[in-house]
Amino acid sequence: MQLTLWTYEGPPHMGAMRIAASMRGVHLVLHAPQGDTYADLLFTMIERGDRRPPVTYTTFQARDLGGDTAELVRNAVTSAYERFKPQVLLIGESCTAELIQDQPGSLASGMGVPVPVVPLELTAYSHKENWGAAETLYQLTRALLSDRIPQPGSVKPRDASRPPRANILGPTKLGFRCRDDVVEITRLLAQLGIEVNAVIPLNASADDIRRIPSADFNIDVYPEVSRPTAAWLKRSFAMPHTTTIPMGVAATREFIAEVAGLAGVDAQMVLSREHQGQASLASSQSRLPWYSRSVDSTYLTGKRVFIFGDATHALAAARVARDEFGFTVVGLGTYSREFAREVRAMAASLGLTALITDDYLEVEKAIADATPELVLGTQMERHISKRLGIPCAVISAPIHVQDAPARYSPVFGFEGANVSFDTWVHPLMMGLEEHLLQMFRGDFEFHDDTPAPNPTTVVKVEAPPVAPVAESSTDPISEVQSAPTKDVTPVWTPEGERELQKIPFFVRGKARRNTEHFARERGVALITVETLYDAKAHFGR
Amino acid sequence: MSHSETVSVSNADPLCKFPPLIKERGQREVFCGLAGIVWLHRKMQDAFFLVVGSRTCAHLMQSAAGVMIFAEPRFGTAILTDRDLAGLADAVDELDRICATLLERRADIRTLFLVGSCPSEIIKIDLAKAAERLNARFLPQVRVLSYSGSGIDMTFTQGEDQALKSMVPLLPQTDARQLIILGCVADIVEDQFRRCFDQLGIGPVSFFPGRRATELPAVGPNTCVLLAQPFNGDTLRALIDRGAKHLAAPYPFGAEGTTAWLAAAAAQWNVSDAQFSAVTTPLIERAKKALAKYQPLLSGKRLFMLPDSQLEIPIARFLNREMGMQLIEVGTPYLDRDTVTAELPLLPAEVMLSEGQDVEKQLDRVRAARPDITVCGLGLANPLEAEGLTTKWSIELVFSPIHGYDQAADLAEIFARPLDRRSRLKL
Ligand code: SF4
Ligand code: SF4
Repeated sequence: MQLTLWTYEGPPHMGAMRIAASMRGVHLVLHAPQGDTYADLLFTMIERGDRRPPVTYTTFQARDLGGDTAELVRNAVTSAYERFKPQVLLIGESCTAELIQDQPGSLASGMGVPVPVVPLELTAYSHKENWGAAETLYQLTRALLSDRIPQPGSVKPRDASRPPRANILGPTKLGFRCRDDVVEITRLLAQLGIEVNAVIPLNASADDIRRIPSADFNIDVYPEVSRPTAAWLKRSFAMPHTTTIPMGVAATREFIAEVAGLAGVDAQMVLSREHQGQASLASSQSRLPWYSRSVDSTYLTGKRVFIFGDATHALAAARVARDEFGFTVVGLGTYSREFAREVRAMAASLGLTALITDDYLEVEKAIADATPELVLGTQMERHISKRLGIPCAVISAPIHVQDAPARYSPVFGFEGANVSFDTWVHPLMMGLEEHLLQMFRGDFEFHDDTPAPNPTTVVKVEAPPVAPVAESSTDPISEVQSAPTKDVTPVWTPEGERELQKIPFFVRGKARRNTEHFARERGVALITVETLYDAKAHFGR
Repeated sequence: MSHSETVSVSNADPLCKFPPLIKERGQREVFCGLAGIVWLHRKMQDAFFLVVGSRTCAHLMQSAAGVMIFAEPRFGTAILTDRDLAGLADAVDELDRICATLLERRADIRTLFLVGSCPSEIIKIDLAKAAERLNARFLPQVRVLSYSGSGIDMTFTQGEDQALKSMVPLLPQTDARQLIILGCVADIVEDQFRRCFDQLGIGPVSFFPGRRATELPAVGPNTCVLLAQPFNGDTLRALIDRGAKHLAAPYPFGAEGTTAWLAAAAAQWNVSDAQFSAVTTPLIERAKKALAKYQPLLSGKRLFMLPDSQLEIPIARFLNREMGMQLIEVGTPYLDRDTVTAELPLLPAEVMLSEGQDVEKQLDRVRAARPDITVCGLGLANPLEAEGLTTKWSIELVFSPIHGYDQAADLAEIFARPLDRRSRLKL
């Protein structure tokens, strides 16, 4: 048993749902009790989906156990097929169904449904959501392509009269910015004269999966979901795949070079416009190099940033933070255990120990200990940061409703780099404004009983209505629990406190926190002027 | 046999005062009983709810809770893993270990609920026994209780019923004449009702659950029980077994419902008509005035309620009788006649009641009827909006204060807002 308060990933069948819901003409029959239908709301509320996920739940009850739950499966398969007429039926079980061992996959396979039936083994007690998505995509692709595997050695070279073609593998519903990243990657490919053959699974049909082999290679944009499929296509169809994630300017340039190599086209037609080492507006298709170089960004130098998310986005963000923002990465971690090795290696190159965990409290503790000035994380880290009073930008799933924006906001490619610049810098500026507010709060203009000089400046702020999926700091149902009891808080001597007041207001809070942290670590109970400066020397800034 | 069995029960007896009922069996689109933890843990500030279940249960809790509004919530899930299932880890030891860690970490916890789930029921983890064992270790500091919120047995709001029922054996015995209000209500509602009962001279009154799980009402032969939530039938019957008397009444939704509800208690306490009307008349007038604002928006509008919270019947009654809405179909996941006897006769004869659900067939009926407003779960709302139907999430009915005179207009507003929005948007 594992105690869990919040989870980064849902169960594996949630991953299967993400594949089915991403596609057209694919229906999932899920052997599951009624409560498991909650999963629908993640698609319709968090991502504002305008259709129900294509899932039929068998809805077995206690009184069916011992009776005929298998019959429920057959009925659900029949009615789902008749009503939705899918091109493919996926059959899965939730954690509870796995225990009653009805074998819904083989039951459904034996029913003579006139479309391919793909049974899924989702092993709910040892795996999680991304694994379930990867497994589902892999099983589905195998099922639809197994009769097309070429004989070894019979793969023909590409017909040079047609443009090279690529498939984009991995983007799904409830992933991070997948909708827009597909557009951005498609643009990059177009610049290289490469056609997109199929995007799998987002908006794909079963026929699109069958067309996968008409492409020359695959772009594996979300290895958590697509790597097993990409690897199988490489083995069985001799289709190579990319390994570079085009997040950030440098990685996008490398991605272009990698893709051009796989496609046999000249990367220079795009890369000649990219000038590594230069940072004027004309040096890149992205504005990030210039924005980051411009003097206004000096204040970003060495900002301490903590990064946590899925492996794909966390790894890419660490590199971008260090090389393209000039940040100091003070923490790096992931909940994607499948890619722990890569994240550990990256952390080591940053002089850090990677945090590989799906325990929210462990992440919270690591963040508090690292005293970062910016957190790049998931929806979960947004909450941790709010609690700790640290600015935060979301870079990875799990997401919340505000992370599915209406506007075009990719994170991959050159436009993605622009978007990252804005979204990572924005919370820092907000942080500065907050300090200003703190500073002036004592001034009389800010007092409640001061009449407003001009009635038009009076803004009545109404609490937003309580929506169950809305989150907001003014939410009447929000609640902050006391932190796990730490050691005794050290006490400031009057001289120490006076010295602290001389420090400029916008770093005072941090100085206080750092000094207390420093004192606590060394068991210093009384903070003197000396302690303050010892701590200052220790933290170095 | 089709996926669902639909059993229509028509009124065999022409004198029957109940509307016709469709019973359906098929795919449901309703939370399981675990979801009740979301509001129960907020009401009882010294309680922790530990679900013994799977990653699905943890994910449901977090999705139903509106995703992470609490840093360290007072609920969590002990997730079963392969090792537990393979018998490599002893479930008993594991649970003891987790509870010990938890209680050490959270010294503020006085009551720990072990909450059963589908997986724990199927592999037969005996949580009652576990609670007994843990009590031997942690009492008097912490009391451990157990109940099931599993989706194979319980729908959404039945979780509250099971949680409260698990507390009934702890209630002290009393022979005193008193009133218990049964069902979780917002603190503000509790305070308003307390003032009202005081003015009527009815008391002592206790609310079950109270603000702390350790504040338990007493019960006995001179105890009357008034239900504030219709989904607490099992707890009601457990209190009746302890000698209490059920005051069957409509629920305190709307001015009429609240008056009838108070009147049921007033009759027991022999409150004079003059005093009753002296206390309630100003409140009724204030409520009616507030409701009047929403009548033009709601009156004549056609309503379809999908089954969700079991609040559907009393709320449909309010919307029909006080706001003039027409009822097409009123669904309830489960019809407990003990708790709605006073409500059913108030529904118009032409309403279609449905119990259980076959969501696809029900949505066919929604599409055919094209209601002005459809009340449904969060999974269905946006897809129905995309079909051009106006919707309201039923979950708001359990998360917002809607009981009593002073919330009557808030309750009406919940339904008026989507209609108002629809009429404003020129899109
Ligand atoms: S329906 Fe069962 S398995 Fe699903 S969340 Fe509820 S208790 Fe857990
Ligand atoms: S309640 Fe149902 S069974 Fe009873 S008399 Fe009315 S119609 Fe007949």
